[in-house]
Amino acid sequence: MSTLFDTLSQPWPWYVAGPSLGILVGLLLLLTGKGFGVSSSFQHICAAVFPGRAEYFRYDWKRVGLWNLVFVFGMLAGGFVAGWLFANPEPVAISRASHEALAALGIRDFDGLVPDDLIGWGALASLPGFVAIVIGGFLVGFGARWAGGCTSGHAITGLAGLQKASLVAVIGFFAGGLIITHLVLPVLLG
Amino acid sequence: MSEPTTLHPEAVAETGGARPTQLLVYFVFGALFGIVLVKSEAVSWFRIQEMFRFQSFHMYGILGSGVVTASALVALFRRLGVRTADGHEVRIEARTWRPYANILGGLTFGLGWGLLGACPGPVYTLLGTGVTVMVVALATALAGAWSYGQLKSRLPHG
Repeated sequence: MSTLFDTLSQPWPWYVAGPSLGILVGLLLLLTGKGFGVSSSFQHICAAVFPGRAEYFRYDWKRVGLWNLVFVFGMLAGGFVAGWLFANPEPVAISRASHEALAALGIRDFDGLVPDDLIGWGALASLPGFVAIVIGGFLVGFGARWAGGCTSGHAITGLAGLQKASLVAVIGFFAGGLIITHLVLPVLLG
Repeated sequence: MSEPTTLHPEAVAETGGARPTQLLVYFVFGALFGIVLVKSEAVSWFRIQEMFRFQSFHMYGILGSGVVTASALVALFRRLGVRTADGHEVRIEARTWRPYANILGGLTFGLGWGLLGACPGPVYTLLGTGVTVMVVALATALAGAWSYGQLKSRLPHG
């Protein structure tokens, strides 16, 4: 039984995970006509719960977005199955260079999928944790809706459809991530 | 989704909330995506940091092979003349070209992605894996999306 668990809890190499993702994108399109996209769920939740007066949230969210809300709930359930029931007991096997660079920034917890000392309840009260979780989350929601999509809609689905808008957005995604990683984190975590 | 009213009537009918079997299909697809995101470790803050430091091919391999596979599969469906369940041609929806919104929104998103180490899909999926603090990130992401909705007319879109 333990060998079966070991097999199921193993992470996948990129050449298994990437094509699996691509096949799911294709099958979703074929079977439902829907494009893989996650951040529109934020718009639908706002439209459902607190639309306010903004035209952006005034539409029939059930008709347009219910599928997407069920879909992201499924993503949560998938996380439970693969990341909780069959959680990989080993730390994420990042490169030695990354491990050293992150340790030099003060990261101590290399267990699990995220470092608890930055992305955890205990870190929320500290400045780095607050900025990473609260400000980071806000910018993700604001930016994704402004850009018209996130990693799923632009970087995967949009690029697969050779969309110019997606290419430009993805360049923006990486520019932002590089600024944070190389200019902001050394100061924030220093 | 910024102009939901322009959706095809058939497509709209298909998304109707009164069809539990259809919704189950979306749930299953979501779960499969969530499983792949965990298995690929694309939900991991560590992998995102490694990617932005160019210290591994892992994330680039996932994104690159995922995009190529999806693109090839859609091309194959079209060549074979396969149609969606409701009779439409299989195609990836065009994304509206709005240069200022795409680049400035993209940059804003990237700053958030770098800080949080998770994009929207992983926010949901990490919640399921037990990283419960992601409920805070989800709440502030909703606040971000809501703020964008209020400010939309005053932001450059191009």
